[in-house]
Amino acid sequence: MSDTPPPLFNVQIDGVWHQFPKGTRVIEACSETGKFIPRYCYHKKLSSPGNCRMCLIEMGMPKMGPDRKPELGTDGKPVINWIPRPQISCAQDVADGMGIRTDSPMVRECRNGVMEFLLINHPLDCPICDQAGECQLQEFSVQYGTGGSRFLEEKVKKPKRVELGPRVTLDDERCILCSRCIRFMKEVANDDVLGFASRGSHTYLTAHPGRHLDSNYSLNTVDICPVGALTSTDFRFKMRVWFLKETKSICTSCATGCNTLIGTREGIVYRQTPRENDAVNSCWMCDYGRLNFHYVNSEDRLKAPQTRQNGALSDTGWTAALTRTADALRKFPGSEVAVIASARMTNEELWLTRRLIDALGTTHHDVVPRHGEADKILLNADRNPNTLGAQLLGVTDENPGGRLRGIVDAVRAGEIKAVVALGEDLAEAGFTVQDLHGLSFLAAMGILPSETTSAATVILPGASFAEKRGSMINAKGRLQRLNRAVPVLSQARDDWEILRDLVQHLTGANGVYLIEDVFRQMAESVAELRGLTLSKISDMGIELEDAPEASPTPEPAKV
Amino acid sequence: MMEIPPELAVRIDEVISHYPVSKRSASMPLLHLFQEKFGHITDEAVLWIAQKLELEPINVLELVTFYPMFRREPVGRCHVRVCRTLSCAMAGGYELLDAFCKHADIQPHAEGHGGHLLKSADGRYSVEFVECLASCGTGPVCMIEDDFYEAVSLAEVPQLLQKYA
Amino acid sequence: MVSIARTPHPREKRLIFKNVDRPGYTPDIDCYLADGGYEELKKAVSMPPPDIVAEVKASGLRGRGGAGFPCGAKWGFIKPEETKPVYLICNADESEPGTFKDRYIIHQDPHQLVEGMIIACYAVKARLAYIYIRGEFPLGAKILEQALAEARAHNFLGKDILGSGFDLEIYVHRGAGAYICGEETGLIESLEGKRAYPRIKPPYFPAVLGLYMSPTIVNNVETLCNVKHILRMGGAEYAKMGRPNNTGTRVLCVSGDVQRPGYFELEVGGITMGELIYDVCGGLKPGRKLKAVIPGGSSAKVLRAGERYKMKSKQPDGSMAEREIGLEEIPMDFDSLAAVGSMAGSGGVIVMDDTRDMVWTLNNINEFYAHESCGQCTPCREGSLWMMKMTTRMLQGGGVSSDPDTLKSVADNIAGRTICAFGEACAWPTQSFIAKFRDEFSGLAERNGRMTNNGAPHTESHP
Repeated sequence: MSDTPPPLFNVQIDGVWHQFPKGTRVIEACSETGKFIPRYCYHKKLSSPGNCRMCLIEMGMPKMGPDRKPELGTDGKPVINWIPRPQISCAQDVADGMGIRTDSPMVRECRNGVMEFLLINHPLDCPICDQAGECQLQEFSVQYGTGGSRFLEEKVKKPKRVELGPRVTLDDERCILCSRCIRFMKEVANDDVLGFASRGSHTYLTAHPGRHLDSNYSLNTVDICPVGALTSTDFRFKMRVWFLKETKSICTSCATGCNTLIGTREGIVYRQTPRENDAVNSCWMCDYGRLNFHYVNSEDRLKAPQTRQNGALSDTGWTAALTRTADALRKFPGSEVAVIASARMTNEELWLTRRLIDALGTTHHDVVPRHGEADKILLNADRNPNTLGAQLLGVTDENPGGRLRGIVDAVRAGEIKAVVALGEDLAEAGFTVQDLHGLSFLAAMGILPSETTSAATVILPGASFAEKRGSMINAKGRLQRLNRAVPVLSQARDDWEILRDLVQHLTGANGVYLIEDVFRQMAESVAELRGLTLSKISDMGIELEDAPEASPTPEPAKV
Repeated sequence: MMEIPPELAVRIDEVISHYPVSKRSASMPLLHLFQEKFGHITDEAVLWIAQKLELEPINVLELVTFYPMFRREPVGRCHVRVCRTLSCAMAGGYELLDAFCKHADIQPHAEGHGGHLLKSADGRYSVEFVECLASCGTGPVCMIEDDFYEAVSLAEVPQLLQKYA
Repeated sequence: MVSIARTPHPREKRLIFKNVDRPGYTPDIDCYLADGGYEELKKAVSMPPPDIVAEVKASGLRGRGGAGFPCGAKWGFIKPEETKPVYLICNADESEPGTFKDRYIIHQDPHQLVEGMIIACYAVKARLAYIYIRGEFPLGAKILEQALAEARAHNFLGKDILGSGFDLEIYVHRGAGAYICGEETGLIESLEGKRAYPRIKPPYFPAVLGLYMSPTIVNNVETLCNVKHILRMGGAEYAKMGRPNNTGTRVLCVSGDVQRPGYFELEVGGITMGELIYDVCGGLKPGRKLKAVIPGGSSAKVLRAGERYKMKSKQPDGSMAEREIGLEEIPMDFDSLAAVGSMAGSGGVIVMDDTRDMVWTLNNINEFYAHESCGQCTPCREGSLWMMKMTTRMLQGGGVSSDPDTLKSVADNIAGRTICAFGEACAWPTQSFIAKFRDEFSGLAERNGRMTNNGAPHTESHP
């Protein structure tokens, strides 16, 4: 952080003087004052090639008098010498005394001209284009174009339906050659795989024959493509975007916690896209996290609570399932019960889990760690999104998963007879199917069938990340919020409610009706969260002071 | 991986040494060397050059497809480049191209003259229009292989082709 | 290479082209040395570099590539205390249609260029330089490589040149047929091994952020050749040639419908358009009348025979006088050609007689620019091809009455809105042809039937 703030420059935009810190891009300065400048090639997180020419504006500098000082007008402000040619606003920083016109006849003519040029060779296939509805070519055409066409010639033919990589489909005829995707791959994803072939109007985007756009960040090119040239193979033709409801949330596929928008319609999740947050993920997210949602829509989802009677599972309704669980657990001394929770759970759920652990009086509890390879961009080696939360709230310790081995051994030794599995398949925590079937009692809270649910005495169907509200702490100690994008499926319930009811059944405590209450109680007892409420966590999250150290060591987000 | 003749390898290293600041600058010189040696630029050559210069293959492909002199397909054993640009066209450049095609037994395209490589069926000759060869005062001009000819009359076309047969 | 030898016209003043077509003159260094070659280099390395820059400034030399930017001022952008490496590039990518001067310098008098380049490098403290030569000059590249090897052998290049302590290497870099490499930032990108996409300015002014993001001087062949003569004569003496602000000599290249096309080195502004066409080039072919002239390479705006121009000129008493002149009376210098709405550009003069169809001519030019647009920025990429498609359609009998207006407005939407000057280069022909020969364009919209290949209504024999 620099100690001295940058100097402020006086800049006149459409006749009104404003002040901007030195280093502000002209295009951003204009946006800040509500004078949006249309652009295609410019992206604030990438280099500026200035190639689309959509952001042309009029620019001028103070007129200098004979004393080499700016001449002042009647208003006491510098008189501006306007440059006769339009200038791009994406590659220049503001200068003191600079004048800008964003809506003069010349500027309007420029935009109109560029729009026409971009459209003459465009296929105009909006009815079957997935970008329709969020296409800047469409939007700016309405705003800055003429509506008619003077183009009587044949359009340039280019490759269509190119599988650029396993997840990205390219239509070169729609491409406006802005080069955002090329620059993203080179500058952010560190995989210089895309380029232009041929030249002039025949130029087309491509990868080298035999090379693929298969980077784990490939789908960001789809996000930043201002037109329908790059589309997500997963999403294309699934849903018109204007039907999508977008919910601000976070990705739960690793400890980075990229900020997201979850796109849904009528209870179905169609896509996840990154949401800008410079403290976390800039404008990007990895493909792995982005596409890790299809299970939410799975046919196999656990839809109703079930209990096992005479070896067979049957739907019993929530009261019966919870009563059965509490009654069963009450029969075991704490030393004979284990709670295996998940670092994918929210803080609220983990806090209630800790209450459950306390109610059961057990010391056998842990979460299931999940590791993968980290990259130097966003993906964290810890694939659990809330390991820090699980540690902070006492569900695990500084060595997540460290107690699992002992718990499994104790199960095999017959010392632990009952297990509560929360959001995890115990088969992934070192348990064998025999171990699971050997238990006297097994409660499984989760969303999909697994070895654990097959062996469970009681199945408590919970909610997916897209169906819940709550908070998590990412690897950098940032408290962030999930929001409910779709309702909980069928008879399944929000996990925190299931846990609350279990704790109430076991302890008789009551008085928690809302998740806000859970957070309030948690904040009262956890120093790091003191003074916070769920709604105080803004959409951008907040950095926790004295946040616990992340373990394992997280890879810092580079962007 | 491609077989590189030793004498070519020596020239490649010599050329790379001309660019002490950035090896990438040697991309075009290497493409010239490969085209001289092999007649055209194969995908394999692109990969070889990319690896040699520590580039991504697309970085090299971008050049091959941008610069008109580089070609990804073989030309005839005798390759004729006729200037298409204004002064030569005024002096008969189009007729000159047609004459080369006629005498080389090449079917000129019915429509348009731009940018197409025209090849004789037997592979002996290829003819293409190129833009300004910078000898506008002596049009029409052409290049046969690397040799330059100016003020070419239609009458001398057969013997020119004969010379390179 | 088959080349047509010529004898200089009496009106010429051969400085740069002194050795071109000179009987017995060969490109090897002995020939050059026997003629006093490299004497100016010896002189230069005894001078402080800023003094050389000052001489070039005093000479008033303007760049011969097309834009006419003052050479000394360009060199002056390099600060003497510059700490980054400085590069110099000779732009030998001569590609502007109608221009063919560098070809003869490179092939016949390469050492003149090499000596000028070494002096220039010394003046701006460049220790690494490149000659970017167009790919279509394979022989020229070999001749230059030979010349550089000879210069190296004589210690005019390499380490500690002539004991001065100055080190310099120059290499030849071949282009590969892309016109846009003539644009200096496109050339720099190309030399860096990339597509020749011109850079945005600001911030990428070559003198600040050029080759490898270091200060870089890019000079045309003819410009660099002038350097040794400036040193020999002294800047002030050199400036006496030509006209104020238009000093020195200029190699004019004349092509098209004249009796004797060719290259002519003349004092800048020392000749009028009419004298050039009728006296020097032998006039038009029998029975033909002058129709139009493109005075500075194909991107320069066309001038129509019979046009009248208002010219302002300074009188001996210092007052300004305005007089009206015709096409034939235009002095061939930077300022006069700018004053009549065109430009001296690269010195390529293309003459058209009354048999030429202007739609065909413009279409030929449009084909060139559509083919050569690098495709980086929108207006030029889309507009150049669109203009070509329109004029092609018109020639094929598909013209519509809105075509002239559409053509003009497309050109208007390109010029001034692109990354580099190619936008103007491809728009100016259309703008000027439509403005000056509108009747032909409107007429073709009505007419059916196709043009012949060379823009003349009948097949004709050529010289």
